[in-house]
Amino acid sequence: MSNNKNNEDKHYVAPFSNEVSFDELQDAPPSGKFRLSITGKLGVIVVAFWLFIAIFGQFLAPYEENDLPFPDDYSEFQKPRPGAWLGTDVDDRDILSRIMYGAGRTIGISLAGVLIAYVIGVTLGIGSSIAGSRIDQVLTQFFNILLAIPTIMFGLVVVAAVGSSIPVLIITAGAIFSPVVFRLSRALGMEIMVMDFVEAAKVRGEGYRWIIFKEIWPNAAMPLISDFGLRFIYVILFVSSLSFLGLGVQPPLADWGSMVRENLGALQYGESVIPILAPAIAIASLTVAINLIVDDVSAHAGGKLSGRL
Amino acid sequence: MYRIILTKIGAGLLTTLGVSIVIFLGTNALPGDAAQIRLGQAATEDSLKALREELGLNLPLYQQYFRWLFNFLQGEFGTSLASGNVTIAQLISDRYENTLIVSTLTAMIGVPISVGLGIMAAMFPGTIYDRFLTLGSVTLVAAPEFFTATLMVLFVVFFLGIGNAVVVGSIDDKNLVELITHFILPIATLCLVIAAQLIRMTRAAVLNVMNSPYIEMAILKGIPRRRVVMRHALLNAIGPIVNVIAINLAYVVTGVIVIEVYFGYAGLATLIVQGVQTRDYILIQTLGMIFCATYVILMMIADLASILSNPRLRHPK
Repeated sequence: MSNNKNNEDKHYVAPFSNEVSFDELQDAPPSGKFRLSITGKLGVIVVAFWLFIAIFGQFLAPYEENDLPFPDDYSEFQKPRPGAWLGTDVDDRDILSRIMYGAGRTIGISLAGVLIAYVIGVTLGIGSSIAGSRIDQVLTQFFNILLAIPTIMFGLVVVAAVGSSIPVLIITAGAIFSPVVFRLSRALGMEIMVMDFVEAAKVRGEGYRWIIFKEIWPNAAMPLISDFGLRFIYVILFVSSLSFLGLGVQPPLADWGSMVRENLGALQYGESVIPILAPAIAIASLTVAINLIVDDVSAHAGGKLSGRL
Repeated sequence: MYRIILTKIGAGLLTTLGVSIVIFLGTNALPGDAAQIRLGQAATEDSLKALREELGLNLPLYQQYFRWLFNFLQGEFGTSLASGNVTIAQLISDRYENTLIVSTLTAMIGVPISVGLGIMAAMFPGTIYDRFLTLGSVTLVAAPEFFTATLMVLFVVFFLGIGNAVVVGSIDDKNLVELITHFILPIATLCLVIAAQLIRMTRAAVLNVMNSPYIEMAILKGIPRRRVVMRHALLNAIGPIVNVIAINLAYVVTGVIVIEVYFGYAGLATLIVQGVQTRDYILIQTLGMIFCATYVILMMIADLASILSNPRLRHPK
């Protein structure tokens, strides 16, 4: 109802309304069919490209990740030339091949991490919004404390304690990002739990399973999907930042974040800055592309619920 | 109202306490204790036992925790495990200035510019200027810090030809020009990193106010757009904006870690990364607490700002 009123009001705020869609500031219900904007489509193309490289990159790469394209040439940070189209890195390895190998690792670790965060966060979040009272309070307090620790700091402490390996990275990322997911899904659950249709379902005598999957889930899906994209970005940034600090994926394995670290010297001594720029652009293009898609999805979901939390 | 403020501060203190427990337990999970590390593999059982007693490592865990906490609060951080007999306080006092300078200057330069740009974007929504800023901030928000840093280096060093890609050495024996080029890259990068978030959030905060009926009234009265934004909208947007600023300053605390390592800058963040590499858990505990406490305090300020600026939150029913 309030939406109708607003649409009428828009008529009077002529100086602004013809330029800004005020709907983007409200929690309007999903309206119409979901369509991607131009930037959103671009995002989908870039993400699809990187997913393809992540899966097939290691088979398509011209060299193995630690092979030397020019075994006789000892100069580091070579400029691009036939045989090494992006040049070579600090140890004379082919950058293009390392980016293709690194794609699978960077994206794989982050995806696994964000999935774990979601399994933990959504299960406990929606569960606790239904369970209520004491369990809810304890969980909320616990996750609030975890939320007060900056993610990278948390990562540093974990890596200091147990050392760094790919499984550790995945589990750490999952653990670090689950509190945010918990908070969002709990808030969503709470918001939806008090709606009339849920009341009606309860009065009808439906069980918890029905209420979760048939009443709450369809309404929580859109905000959760757009938050999933956002969280995926943060996990990619987290994993590559740790690798960049030398505390993530360990050499000689290729990973986008650690590639930037290995080749930092290119800024001072290198003939070309591609060794450092290429992996940085790889990460940025992926995360920015996801962000473009997320923008479209959250505009469609009508609200910036995730932004408000 | 005072009750709300006190409750919030109390909650902040409790959170810090909780964080300190997490950090203490986390660093205690490290293999080997301080006595073992300090005396090395060749230590005899007796000397190990003596040192453990001296350091209080034979006490139950919760007593160790309180001991550590009280020492921390008194500024007695202990001795570094990795770098001989240097005290942590000494390590920190050598470097905290560098981190403080970079973060303070970032706040002083980055915040006003970004907030101004955000307000401008909200003032002329939908124009090319606004779209450019929005697209730019969407890009920068999602990009990793080292990507922004690389762009900055390419721009400043290779394009403008000033500064040095890597800032090393102390700041003591430098003249003003050298000082500026020394700091320009880390600060400019951090400014860009926070600007992206800040512009976006400021714009949203102002636009949110622009949506309210009294603004509509002001527009209908025929007041020029600039005045509507400056006199009517902005005053009510101050609370959300202060909230946004505090959140982003908290973000500087974490952003500075990657930036310092990128530029090889001798600050607290590079110190904690070294601590992790050498598994110097006393150093990690101390610096972790300092970083987290700063973060929690800034978040608390953000919380308080949004309550104090909103009468409805200030006087809850």
